[in-house]
Amino acid sequence: MKSITRQKPFEEITEQLRGFSRIFIAGCGTCATLTRTGGVEEVTAMREKLESQGKFVTGSVVIPVACDDVTEALVGEHQGSILSAHAILVMACALGVHRVGNNAFNKPVIPALDTLFIGMDDGQGVFHEVCAQCGQCLLGEMAGVCPITACHKGLLNGPCGGTNNGKCEVDKEKDCAWTLIYSRLKEQGRLEMMRKYQPPKNYQVVPRPRTVRVF
Amino acid sequence: MPSKFKEALNSGKFVVTSEIGPPKGTNLEKMYHHIDLLKDKVDALNVTDHQSSVMRFPSIGGCLAIKERGGEPILQMTCRDRNRLALQAELLFAYTKEVRNVLCLTGDAVPVGDHKEAKGVFDLDSVQLLRAIRTLESGKDLGGNDLDGAVEFCAGAIVTPEANPIEPQLIKFEKKVEAGAEFFQTQAVYDLDKFARFMQFARQFPVKVLAGIVLLSSARMAKYMNENVPGIFVPQHLMDELANAPKGTALNKGIEIAGRMIAAIKKEGICDGVHIMAIGREEVVPDILQTAGIS
Repeated sequence: MKSITRQKPFEEITEQLRGFSRIFIAGCGTCATLTRTGGVEEVTAMREKLESQGKFVTGSVVIPVACDDVTEALVGEHQGSILSAHAILVMACALGVHRVGNNAFNKPVIPALDTLFIGMDDGQGVFHEVCAQCGQCLLGEMAGVCPITACHKGLLNGPCGGTNNGKCEVDKEKDCAWTLIYSRLKEQGRLEMMRKYQPPKNYQVVPRPRTVRVF
Repeated sequence: MPSKFKEALNSGKFVVTSEIGPPKGTNLEKMYHHIDLLKDKVDALNVTDHQSSVMRFPSIGGCLAIKERGGEPILQMTCRDRNRLALQAELLFAYTKEVRNVLCLTGDAVPVGDHKEAKGVFDLDSVQLLRAIRTLESGKDLGGNDLDGAVEFCAGAIVTPEANPIEPQLIKFEKKVEAGAEFFQTQAVYDLDKFARFMQFARQFPVKVLAGIVLLSSARMAKYMNENVPGIFVPQHLMDELANAPKGTALNKGIEIAGRMIAAIKKEGICDGVHIMAIGREEVVPDILQTAGIS
């Protein structure tokens, strides 16, 4: 699983940091490093940028896995720098923001990144959303293409009228999920799966906010 | 009161429908004018539902106006803007106001419209919406609860006969038939040979098909549709015909083309009728009908 993030516009970050002159920065060594939004280089660049804006950066850390439960302890090791800061700027996905937000110092936590989706990379710097974590996996019936995620409208019973030579009406660069599903099912000799009526989806498999006890 | 449109569909006559686009705002005069102009010339009038995802006066409001003025409305319902509760509620309301025909559509995507940041709903899709209608007719709602008073609709759907690839469309067409669609209004067709081949397929099913006729108002408009509207293919000979029309007469040429196509569809019995979409030029629908020899 990779949490795909994008850095917020710097103006938005400075707006959120208004009134805080002393900042501690926390990045993440996993997904945000992979997406080049919160690794060592980006944290260093952010430090320089904030300093050029007249902020004082009290310290920084790139947490190995910011969403991990050891994050709180790791943040604790920087007690001095954090206590002398007015706020913590987190360059990790929202999971990391939550972990760092549970700090014992009660410091305001400001996200520097927007969390876009859970995705996969193609090794060329492009990330694709393939799962919407809907709670009711349909991949077995859909030849491994998720219509909830890959179809702009999340349609379950076939393509809409916006399908266009295998592309989507929303964006000529986007594949039509249902053309993909159709082609793969046909190749697999399982086109009858497409004829099966899919009833309205259960959007309350686990009602939000979602919590599951696994042990 | 049964659906007059359904009676027309079952009468064996060549059925003609057209459509009304509600205004952006509360000035209903132009819509009333179009309704009055067309209500007695066609068997039913569709009312579009935030067509192209552009926010407008609601489809149900347009349908009530048609009822008040003595016409037969077809309520277009997309799945884009309402979840299953709101869709069912609107169907209950429509029924109590004697709106008896519903066209079930998925709906255009939100980003193609004028509220690009809105949340698209798509809680149901068009096949599920058709089934929802049949469920409400059985006296139950989608939650399995009893209704105090059920509904009864003539339910229809759309199909894009020139989509590429076509097989997924045909599979969905069959799913819509199984879900209870009684009639289909098609995306615009311009190539009647291709359309006739589609009808060979569609004729296997106990449904009525009305061919979509979109008025071509200029060569530029035709070119725009070819480049931007999925499933629409205006053949080169029609593009040439429009381009070669003397200056200022392209619209007349478009009316002639539409009329000619309707007449051919009727004469050759290709399908059960036509659905004329004039897209902002409702004024000329009577001219199209006259050119087609229907009036």
